[in-house]
Amino acid sequence: MSPEPFLGDAEHTAVRHHILSVLVENKAGVLARIAGLFARRGFNIYSLAVAPAEGNARFSRVTIVVDMESAPLEQIVGQLDKLVNVVAIKDLAPSDALERELLLATLSVTGKNRREVLEVVANTGASIVDVSAASVTVMLAGTPSSCDRLEKSLESFADVELQRTGRVALPRLGQSQPA
Amino acid sequence: MQLTGAQALIKSLEREGVDTIFGLPGGAILPVYDPILDSSIRHILVRHEQGAGHMAEGYALATGRAGVAMVTSGPGATNIVTPIANAHMDSTPLVVITGQVATKSIGSDAFQECDITGITMGITKHNFLVQSGREIPRAVAAAFYLATTGRPGPVLIDLPKDVAQAKMEWWYPESIDELDLPGYRPEVEIDERAVARAVQLIGLSERPVLYVGGGTLKSRAHAELLAFAERTKIPVVTTLMARGAFPDSHDQHLGMPGMHGMYSAVTALQKSDLLIALGARFDDRVTGQISSFAAGAKIIHVDIDRAEFNKVRHADVTLQTNVAVALRALDDAGATPVNLDVWWKEIRTWQERYPLIYDEPAKEGPLRPQHVIEAIARSAAPGTIVSAGVGQHQMWASQYWDFEEPGTWVNSGGAGTMGFGLPAAIGAKAGRPDRTVWCIDGDGCFQMTAQELVTASSERIPIKVAILNNAYLGMVRQWQEMFYEERYSEVYLSADLPDYVKWAEAMGCVGLRAHNVAEMHDVIERANEINDVPVVIDFRTDSEEKVFPMVAAGASNDDIIVHPLLRPDAP
Repeated sequence: MSPEPFLGDAEHTAVRHHILSVLVENKAGVLARIAGLFARRGFNIYSLAVAPAEGNARFSRVTIVVDMESAPLEQIVGQLDKLVNVVAIKDLAPSDALERELLLATLSVTGKNRREVLEVVANTGASIVDVSAASVTVMLAGTPSSCDRLEKSLESFADVELQRTGRVALPRLGQSQPA
Repeated sequence: MQLTGAQALIKSLEREGVDTIFGLPGGAILPVYDPILDSSIRHILVRHEQGAGHMAEGYALATGRAGVAMVTSGPGATNIVTPIANAHMDSTPLVVITGQVATKSIGSDAFQECDITGITMGITKHNFLVQSGREIPRAVAAAFYLATTGRPGPVLIDLPKDVAQAKMEWWYPESIDELDLPGYRPEVEIDERAVARAVQLIGLSERPVLYVGGGTLKSRAHAELLAFAERTKIPVVTTLMARGAFPDSHDQHLGMPGMHGMYSAVTALQKSDLLIALGARFDDRVTGQISSFAAGAKIIHVDIDRAEFNKVRHADVTLQTNVAVALRALDDAGATPVNLDVWWKEIRTWQERYPLIYDEPAKEGPLRPQHVIEAIARSAAPGTIVSAGVGQHQMWASQYWDFEEPGTWVNSGGAGTMGFGLPAAIGAKAGRPDRTVWCIDGDGCFQMTAQELVTASSERIPIKVAILNNAYLGMVRQWQEMFYEERYSEVYLSADLPDYVKWAEAMGCVGLRAHNVAEMHDVIERANEINDVPVVIDFRTDSEEKVFPMVAAGASNDDIIVHPLLRPDAP
C-alpha cells in the first residue's frame, strides 16, 4: 500500500539511534532480563518489539532501537551478549536496516470531518480496517517516518486513540535487491 | 529409576563432584534436606544464610571449584542476596540453590514467597526457576557449567517445593549439547591479528607494565604469567583481586596498585607507555581519576569478557580470551620489549624512596595493626590462606602479607562487603582443611557475621581470627579525619563492648587478647598451637592509624599521599 519503495529510513532515525535485532530463547523472563540490563546499565531504549522468530516456538526476535548517546554501541552489545538467553545479535545501522512499523488509530467521524478523514487516509497510504456509526479505525503498515506523518496528520482531529507497535527490522539485502 | 526431585537434586550435585554444601533448611527447601542424610556430601549448617553464601565464596576462592550454598525461600533467599552480589562483582563461581513455594502458589503472595529469580537477575550470571522434575539435572549441570566457564560467576537455581516432592525419571546430561544453552559460547578463538599487533606494541614499548587482575587467577594463568614476566623482564603489579597470581617475593613484583597501592606500583602505571591488562577491568579503585590514569600508555587488554573492552579506558589492542591462552600466544609469537634497564632503574628509585612504612610500635601499646599482621605472617606456615573483611584491615592485610601462590588471598573486592572475612575463612578452611586459615578482621566487620563462629565450633573448622580492634569503623574514620575536618560521625564502636574474648568463649572458641607487643607475640604463638577449635584474638590497635599510601577518591594517581614519615618535611 505504501507508495514508498525500500528507501530506508535514515532521515527519520537520528544518527544516535541504532537498531539491534536480537534473537533470544523464548523462555520466561527473557524480556525482563533485557529490560533490567538496560535499566541498570543506564542504556536507553527508544522502541522495542518482540515476536516469535521464524515461526519457531523456541526463539523470539526482539527488535530494539537503542539510544547511542546513553552508551556506546559496543558496550550495549557486549553486555547484551552476556545474557545467557541471548542467542545472536545483529546490529544494524539505520542505513543498513529495512524498518517497518504498524500504526492503528481510532477517530470519531462526524458528517463534518468525514471528507478530511478520507483525505488523510488516501494521502498517507493508510487503510480503514474497522468502521462503526461514529468512528473508524485506520491502519498504516510502513516506514517509521510514514507512521510519523500519519500521526502528525491526525493531530488536528479530536478524540484520537492511537497505538504504534515500535519498529521491526531486518538487514537490507543490498545488491541482491533491485532498486 | 524413579527419584523425587529432591533426590535428583542431591544426586545431580554428587555428579558434579560437590563435596560440601553450606546451608540452612526451611519450609520450601525441606524436601531436599531429607536425601542429604543419605548423601556423601558434607552439609555445613550455618547460623545465617549470608554466612552460607560467603562460606561458599571462601570455598571457591581457596579451591578454585564452584562453592555451593542452599537456603529456603523468602527471607532465606533474600539473606543470601549480598553474597550473590559479592560473587558477581568478583566473578566467583557459585551455585546457590533456593527453595521456592509450590508452582501453583507462585504469584499468590504465599507464605515465605519471594521472586528471588527476579531479585537476582542483575547480580547472577544466570538463574533458573525449575518448573519440573525432569529439568533438575539439566539445571544443575548447566549451573555448574555456567558458573565455572568463561567469566565465572554466581548461578542461582530456584526450586519449587512441589517439584522437589514429585517423582521424576532419573537422567543426567552427558554432554554440553544437552544443556540447552544455545546462546552461551564461552570459548572464543584467539584473534591472531590482534596477537600480532600486541607483539608489535610490546616490541616498541620502553616502559611496559603487566597490570594483572583477578581474571589471571580465575583462568589459572599464574605459571604462564611467571614465565612471560621472567622472559620479558616486564614489571608486574597485582590488583587486590589478583594477589597471589605472582609471588610477592619476586623482584619484578611492584605489589598492589590503586587507592592504597604501593607507590612504585601506582607510579609505574602512571608513567608507563604500555599497560598489558590481564583479566583486569580498570576499576575506579585502581585508576583513580580516569582522565589522568596512565595518560601516556597504550593499552593491550586481555579479557574473556568483551564487555570489559573500552568500557572505562580505550584499548589499542583487545584480546578476548583466557589470560593463560593469551600469554602463551604472546610467548609463541615472541613478544619482547626493548631493553628495560632504564625503566627498571627509575622504578628502583621509587621503591627505595617510598617503601611501605609505619610508625615504630610502642612496646606498651596500643599495637600497630601493620605490626600485628607482619607478626602473624612471619609465624604462619607456608601456604597459609588469609581472608579479610573490608576496610583498613583489608588494605593492611593486602599490603603486609606476602602472597606467594594462588588461592591464598580470600577477599571481597568489587562489592566491598563488610563481614565477608569470617564466614569466607570458614568456607576456605572447609575446602582446604590441610591449610592454616587466618581471618584478618576489623572490629566493625567482625560484628556483622560473627554468629558463624558457632558454625566453625560445632562443625570443628578451626580457623584463626585476628580482630584488629581499633574501636572504630576505621576506614570511614580515616576519611572523616582527612576529608571531613575530623568531624567524626557515627564511627565509634568501643573497644570493650562487646567483650570479644567472652564472645569467642561463648561460641565455643578460644578467646585471647593482646594490648602490647609482648602479649601480641604470646597470643600469636598460642593461636598457632591450637588446631582443634577456632581461635579469636582481640588485638587492641591504635585507632589513629591510617592506611598509606592513599589516593583520595576521584583524585589523580599523580597525587598519591605517602606516609607522613616519607614526606619531605618528615623529621
